[in-house]
Amino acid sequence: MNEIIGYVFIGIGLAFDFFGCLGLLRFPDLYNRLHSSIKCVTLGTSSILFGLFLYKGISATGIKALLCIVFLVLTAPVSAHVLARSAHKSGVKLWEKSVCDKYSEDENALS
Amino acid sequence: MKVKIIIFILAFLLWLLLSWSVDPVHLFLGVLIAVLVCFVTADIFLESPQVFKKPSRYLWFVYYIILFAWECFKANLDGAWRVIHPDLPINPGIVKVKTQLKSEVGLTFLANSLTLKPGTMTVDIDKENGFLYIHWSDVKAQDVEKATELIVRKFERVLMRIFP
Repeated sequence: MNEIIGYVFIGIGLAFDFFGCLGLLRFPDLYNRLHSSIKCVTLGTSSILFGLFLYKGISATGIKALLCIVFLVLTAPVSAHVLARSAHKSGVKLWEKSVCDKYSEDENALS
Repeated sequence: MKVKIIIFILAFLLWLLLSWSVDPVHLFLGVLIAVLVCFVTADIFLESPQVFKKPSRYLWFVYYIILFAWECFKANLDGAWRVIHPDLPINPGIVKVKTQLKSEVGLTFLANSLTLKPGTMTVDIDKENGFLYIHWSDVKAQDVEKATELIVRKFERVLMRIFP
């Protein structure tokens, strides 16, 4: 029974990973691409690892998979944050149809 | 000293979970590494150890994890819908929101959970004035108060109780 539920979780995870990668190709600029890749890939990979935990049960592999989820959820947003911030600082423009950019307004006001 | 003991116990537990064996060589290596970790990180790990004693914090933290998991799931459905929609319904922009959280751990948690919440991603934090710059893939309000109401409130209310 647990194995079947594990397979279902792995399937859901693969689907979300696929949507994340599709977003990486379809969205117009760096920031929107980061949105899609970070969100979908974090939950997708967590779901695959959780499926692995259900499949293996409480064993060396299963516990490592659970710990990997914790590390992934804690560190993936930090990498997105660093990428977005350094891209903005080094002058990567937002998409031309973007509504507003308060960050560069404030930066210009300071300097 | 107390902080060091807490870190030692946490690091050793993590080691036991990761190695998943009670062979003496592994245990000895684990103690050695946990001692090293607790001496290196004791000064930067905790700002205020006394808040460990409030039990209500742990309950709020459990509630926060459930809320966060639900928001994360919604974020993924939302993101998937935007990706497969033929017209790409996005309306992006960077907005500025205000937060009342002061502690570093609280701000880190807030920024990280906003990144995994539907449609928002933290770009920068202004720690002195408590401003967060957020890239929003579907901008509904541009001024600070309205955006704060829509984006930050839900998580901030809970985080204020966990990291006062």
